[in-house]
Order: sequence, then structure tokens, then C-alpha cells
Amino acid sequence: MDKLLELLDRNARLTDEQLAIMLGRSEQEVSERIAGWERDGIIRGYKAVIDWERTDRAYVTALIELRVTPKRNLGFDAIAETIMRFDEVESVYLMSGGYDLAVIVSGRTFKDIAMFVAKRLSTLDSVISTSTHFVLQRYKDSGIILRDEEKDERGVL
Amino acid sequence: MSYQIRINKALESLKPSGIRRFFDIAAEMDDVISLSIGEPDFSTPWHIREEGIRSLQKGRTWYTPNSGLLKLRQSIAAYTKRHKGLCYDPQSEILVTVGGSEAIDLGIRTLVEPGDEVLIPEPSFVCYKPLTVMAGGVPVPIVTRAEDSFRLTPQALKNAITPRTKVLIMPFPNNPTGGVMRREHLEEIAKVVKETDIAIISDEIYGELTYGEQPHVSIATMNGMQERTLLISGFSKAFAMTGWRLGYACGPKKMMKQVIKLHQYALMCAPTTAQYAAIEAMENGDGDVEAMRAEYDIRRRYIVDRLCRMGLKCFEPEGAFYVFPSIAVTGMSSEEFCRKLLEEESVAVVPGTAFGDSGEGYVRISYCYSLKHITEAMDRIENFVNKYRLTGGVG
Repeated sequence: MDKLLELLDRNARLTDEQLAIMLGRSEQEVSERIAGWERDGIIRGYKAVIDWERTDRAYVTALIELRVTPKRNLGFDAIAETIMRFDEVESVYLMSGGYDLAVIVSGRTFKDIAMFVAKRLSTLDSVISTSTHFVLQRYKDSGIILRDEEKDERGVL
Repeated sequence: MSYQIRINKALESLKPSGIRRFFDIAAEMDDVISLSIGEPDFSTPWHIREEGIRSLQKGRTWYTPNSGLLKLRQSIAAYTKRHKGLCYDPQSEILVTVGGSEAIDLGIRTLVEPGDEVLIPEPSFVCYKPLTVMAGGVPVPIVTRAEDSFRLTPQALKNAITPRTKVLIMPFPNNPTGGVMRREHLEEIAKVVKETDIAIISDEIYGELTYGEQPHVSIATMNGMQERTLLISGFSKAFAMTGWRLGYACGPKKMMKQVIKLHQYALMCAPTTAQYAAIEAMENGDGDVEAMRAEYDIRRRYIVDRLCRMGLKCFEPEGAFYVFPSIAVTGMSSEEFCRKLLEEESVAVVPGTAFGDSGEGYVRISYCYSLKHITEAMDRIENFVNKYRLTGGVG
């Protein structure tokens, strides 16, 4: 993997200057490459990984397994594109295995999500069945551990 | 008659390692950010740990042969051939040791007789001098300088050689300076050594952690050097395996026969579990080493840049995982700098004097820490340096 992308993947807040120093490149080269990736749709956006548990925001997420009937000629794309447009939906993945689409949905309460599934998802034409799994605890998200840092137990030599 | 414990006077006269001193103070403080530790922050790669676990599950809890498992010696031979281009016979020229440290001890005790002089480039790791003293030898420091990129120069070497010189220690890549010896520098050293019957103990524990385009080169690859060199390396630094306590020594058969004899009486054999894990490291660990090296390299560049910006003149290290900036701009001694930095900013670094008198005016900063941790520590050091920077107008 490209070292610059890897660094951004871990911490998108590093400045072009810092990235240039860490990789031994020029700042201009770094900013041009990033601009290129943004233009080509390789970099899709930048966001913080937030542990909402530690804030006062009411925040519940669920993983919903959807079994759907694929549309002729369009396969799963048409239904996936419909689902991804809902604001409540954070992620949509086409899956191998026992079901077709994995949809991550967030809301303020368990009830919000249950209602969203009942009223919005289940009612879609191609949806055969749904199975909702609420997230009870997030330990790690987007590669970042959401626990207190472990103490450095190394000795000294 | 009352009994008086009579300790070996040579041992009693040795100072304890200077690295530890501040650590003991730091250990009692809250909120200390340390950049003092000389071991990887990575855990041993999982597939290597798994082989250790598997060996325990299978009940392989006995001794191994004195020299180490033959399979491990064979994989060390293949690794050394692949990475350094050196051939050693696993049957008679390779010994698995309890860390690189044991290999250094064995090497010195195998070669040094009372009165023999041992040349030790300094600043360097803390053990060469005391081990030489305990073997009855005379440590002769050779100062390496920032303006020479902390390399051993042929002239400095020539100046230090006497008829009593028995051993030259080659501690490169160097802890604490990060200095390395490239091929062209080793050639010059080899030329000087070739005219003598001095043996070389080449401590290449940081060999894998060399930065830039050129990989590490061993002095044993120089013409006529392999036959007089005890090459020491290990698993601790490159494979993040410090706690496993495993290293190795390679050398000419005649030397190794005696080294192995000493090891046989002193240690019997290296830890068995660690040896099984180490086979996996030698055979399938190259990718892990490269990934960790790339990470160290990023930190190295960042930390050097930060130190330079705050006005601490800093040789850009080419190996190991330390930077060794000059603190001249503060006018403090190494000890004073480290003590005040700890007291006022709660940052622990190691005084350069822990690595020899020539380390005065420097401190050792380790980058075996996450970037986040390093960034916080650098902010604090910057505060500190800004506060104590000598200005041109004063004095």
C-alpha cells in the first residue's frame, strides 16, 4: 500500500508538511498526490472516529441483515442504492454467505431503529426478510481501539 | 570468627548502568512521558508468538543442544546468507545465546586475557566496558564525533592501537547515536585491522534497523575479516522479541569452539520456547521487520525535524531507534538537562554520559513509542528548551 495513503488512513489530520517530513518527500508532492486522490475518488472524505458513548449524545447502532431479491439486469445495485440514500444508514455492504446486504443503521433509540426497519426497509419491494442486531458495546472502530490506553509495561535498559 | 562477605573488588568498583538512574525517579512520578526505553513498542508478531505457544502445547520443555536447536542454527545460517551474504556452518560456527548480551559477554571472555586492551568506540552501549574489566582487560575508548556522523574513523583507530590491543568492538548500527558504518567506511577499517592480529566483535543487533537506500553491511564481509570476526545479532530489536532473551553469535570454527564451551558451562542452552519461535522469525519474519522498520523511519524523520526546529542540533541517525541530539544550546550538562526535564516537564530521556564520557552534552531519545506519544513529548521538550535556551546577548 502507498505509504502516504497508509498514514492518512491512520490519521487524516496530519498536515501536508508533517506528512512530507515523515516520508522524506516535498510538501508540494504530498499535496499534489492528495489532491489527485481526492479528484479520482480514491479519498472519499475525512472524518473523526468518535466514541459517542463518552458524550451526551443518545446514539444506538444496529447491524441489519437483509435478504433481497436481485433485480433483473441490475442485480443488487438498485436496492443497495435505494437503501444507502436514507440518512439513518451509515454503511451498506453486499455480502457473501447467508444473507445479501449488511446495513449499519444508527438512531437515537432502539425504537427509532426498530421503526426504521419496520417502516422503511421491510416495506421495500425486493426485501424478503430482515434481521436486526443491536450493537451493545463498541470496542474498536475503523481500526481505532475505543478503550483507555493500556499502561506501558516495558522496563528500561 | 565473624564472617565478612568479600565481594570481587573489580565488580564492586563498577558503576551501575547510567540508563537506570533517572528511570527509578521517573517510576515514582505520575504523568511522566518517557522516551527512554530501548526496546520496541511492538509486540512480537503473532505468527512468531504462536510457534512459541505451539512448542509449549506439544510439551517441548526440555533443554536443547548447547549450541541451540539445529533447525534454528540452520535457519540463522540461511538468514545470514540471505541478508548479509555471509556463510556459516550451522554445525560448528553458529551459537544460539541468551540475547545478544550473552554473546557479547562470551566473546569478550573468550578473547580477552588480563592486560589485553579492548578498543571500544564511544558513545556506545553500556556493557562492553564493564565486561572487559571483569575479564581482566583494559577498555580503551575511541571517541566518535557528530561531525564524523559518529563513525569510527581509520585514523582514530590507528591512534588507539598498541601492541597490547586484542579486540576491537564494532557497535554499529550504534546505540545511542544511530551512527552506522557503510561499506566504504568498513573497507577503510578493514585495511587497518588487516595489518594486525586484532579480533573483532561486531555487535550487529540493530543491523536490520538501518535507514536509507543502502542496507546494513557487516564488517565480516570485508576481505579477510570473517576469519577474525565474532558476529553478534539477535531477535530482540528487529523482531520485537526482547523478552524472549534470544540472540546468536557466528564466527570462525576455532573461535566458536571456545565460545560454545564457555556457553556450555555458563548457560547450558538458550530458552527452548524462544528457540522454536525464533525459527519462525528467521524463516517468515522478513515482512514484519520491514513493516516495523518503515514505522520507525517515519518516527525518526518526525523527531529529527522537531528537534532541529527547536534548535537542538541533531545528527540524523541512520540506524537503530534512537536520536542523540546535542543540548549545547541550553548550556547544561547531560545530567542536569535530564534531571530538570524530568522535574519540570515530566519527560524522561537518558543522559549521553550513560554511554561513555564522550556522551557529555548529548541526550539519548528513543523513538520506540507511538507518534502520539512522541508528539506530546516533543511539545514538552520544546517548552523546556525555549525556557532555557542561551541567548547570544547573555554572558
